Amino acid sequence: MFDLDRWHEIFEAISKNKLRTVLTGFTVAFAILLFTLLFGVGNGLQNTFKKQFADDANNAIFIYADKTSKAYKGYQAGREIKLKNDDLKFLVNKFGDKIQFMSPRIYNFLKTTYQNESSMNDIRAVKPDHQFLENTIIESGRYINQLDLERRSKVAVIGRLVEKDLFKNRSALNKNIVIDGLSYKVVGVFSDEGGDREERMIYIPITTAQGIFGRNDEVDQINITFNPEMNTEEAIAFGKDVQQELRKKHDIDPRDDNGIRTQNMAEANQQVGQMMFGINLVVLIIGLGTLIAGIVGVSNIMVYVVKERTKELGIRKALGATPAAIVGMIIQETIFITALAGYSGLIVGIGLLKWMSPHVEEYFITNPSVSKSVVIGATVLLVVSGLIAGYLPAKRAASIKPIEALNSR
Amino acid sequence: METKPKMIEIKDLHKSYPMGKDSLHVLKGLNLEIKEGEFVSIMGASGSGKSTLLNIIGLLDTHDTGTYRLNDELIENLNEKKAAQLRNKFLGFIFQSFNLINYKNAQENVALPLYYAGMSRKDRNEQALKYLDKVGIKDWAHHLPNEMSGGQKQRVAIARALVSHPKVILADEPTGALDSETSHSVMDLLREINKEGMTIIVITHEEEIAKASDRIIRLKDGIIVSDEKV
Repeated sequence: MFDLDRWHEIFEAISKNKLRTVLTGFTVAFAILLFTLLFGVGNGLQNTFKKQFADDANNAIFIYADKTSKAYKGYQAGREIKLKNDDLKFLVNKFGDKIQFMSPRIYNFLKTTYQNESSMNDIRAVKPDHQFLENTIIESGRYINQLDLERRSKVAVIGRLVEKDLFKNRSALNKNIVIDGLSYKVVGVFSDEGGDREERMIYIPITTAQGIFGRNDEVDQINITFNPEMNTEEAIAFGKDVQQELRKKHDIDPRDDNGIRTQNMAEANQQVGQMMFGINLVVLIIGLGTLIAGIVGVSNIMVYVVKERTKELGIRKALGATPAAIVGMIIQETIFITALAGYSGLIVGIGLLKWMSPHVEEYFITNPSVSKSVVIGATVLLVVSGLIAGYLPAKRAASIKPIEALNSR
Repeated sequence: METKPKMIEIKDLHKSYPMGKDSLHVLKGLNLEIKEGEFVSIMGASGSGKSTLLNIIGLLDTHDTGTYRLNDELIENLNEKKAAQLRNKFLGFIFQSFNLINYKNAQENVALPLYYAGMSRKDRNEQALKYLDKVGIKDWAHHLPNEMSGGQKQRVAIARALVSHPKVILADEPTGALDSETSHSVMDLLREINKEGMTIIVITHEEEIAKASDRIIRLKDGIIVSDEKV
């Protein structure tokens, strides 16, 4: 393999038979090009899914309450269940460090005004932990803090687009906005990767909302994140435990699907994971199929090339080339052509992915690209394919009797 | 006459080729001795077995029964590798159709046997040029075969046969593709090489070419029918 003279022999044979070399390489270049594009697009799909889920923490569990559907312990079916402040305390006492962050939510949809500008906005009343549950990114100022809760302060943290809508290009920080007739001081502006809707949100302290909206100790929803050290199975089981404990606390039939509902991101993640696995598997199978077709193509062409070069190989044998020298030459030549052609295919493929990247986002393909490991893997694969593609023709070449080779036309 | 060592010693050599169900018996118990430094021509009609004999002597083909000694080495059960090494070391070939590699220039063609002998690039290019000079076409060293005349191509082939210092030169109809004037100059060149002590075996069907050698062996139907000095 590192015999400089043999390389020289191969370069000579390749450079003086350019058309043959190009034809041989083309199949592999094309196969690798398709392989790269497939992997790139597969990665792009995966990136899109990751982005869709970037909105919320991927270890979140959402807990809601609604009407029961089964009679239980003397209660009628259709009883309205309300989540309350003490449910949060209950969960902390019950599950302790299995919970990473926890915040209640109260929803509202109200008119917001600053000077002459006004808009309708979703209001979420929360606790400080909520910032981490929702992956809220503070752009300026601060988030809701503990002091706000204790003082029931009328403060608001507004989305980037709320600031844009109401304040145009000025800063909203420390200005007072009016929400449903009451004045709130803007203490922070945030952005969110979850999209425009999230960035038109306004956060206020839960305690403030409970007072102003007359909700007393009620909450609409409890969001928690589970300890990220838990694996998927543990997290799914934990979600079910939370549900059962709350059903027990609120005297709901354990088999009642209504009353207390939970939505566990661990389950969604598991499904997305399975789907990504499926997509990757399909990409891999198609990619490998393409590659195998390429290898077979090269092998066929090399068999033909060996046939065409039979006389030359016969001459070489007559002049003292051993079978090993002939086999080595053919295999090395094949590997060289495969690797070179494959690499050109890879580079063209990466170039195409880069070029198409801005144009395909609407087709659920985000930033299609191949990772370093794929490039290295493909290189190894190419050398191996060269070996496989070269084996048959080389074996054929070695088995030619010199006298038959010399007599061939 | 002083006795020189035997270069080729063949006893009771048989060779047949399978032809469907039957087989074609080409060599039928052939006996032959060629001493070092001889200039021998082998004659015979087509089908007489002369090419088969040359191929067996040249280790390009194998014999069925009988014994063959080359330079006192018994040739039997040779694998391809060993045969290739012996060819490289002991034998130089000259073919009717020259058998030059068409994408290599004259110098590269001549240097090829030395590549398989494991000589360094610099040394073998030097040697190739030396032998091209010896056969009188040094100026054509960088030309491709298709840019040369038949006579020039055969000179390249002769230089290639000589470059690895073989013991025996085997020439299969070396003048078959050449006009008579060129044929003479090629035979003169072979004679010169023979004078330096090289054993040369020429296969031909032309009396005139055969007469340029020292000994003519005539084959008919797979056996030697005459063996005489010129």
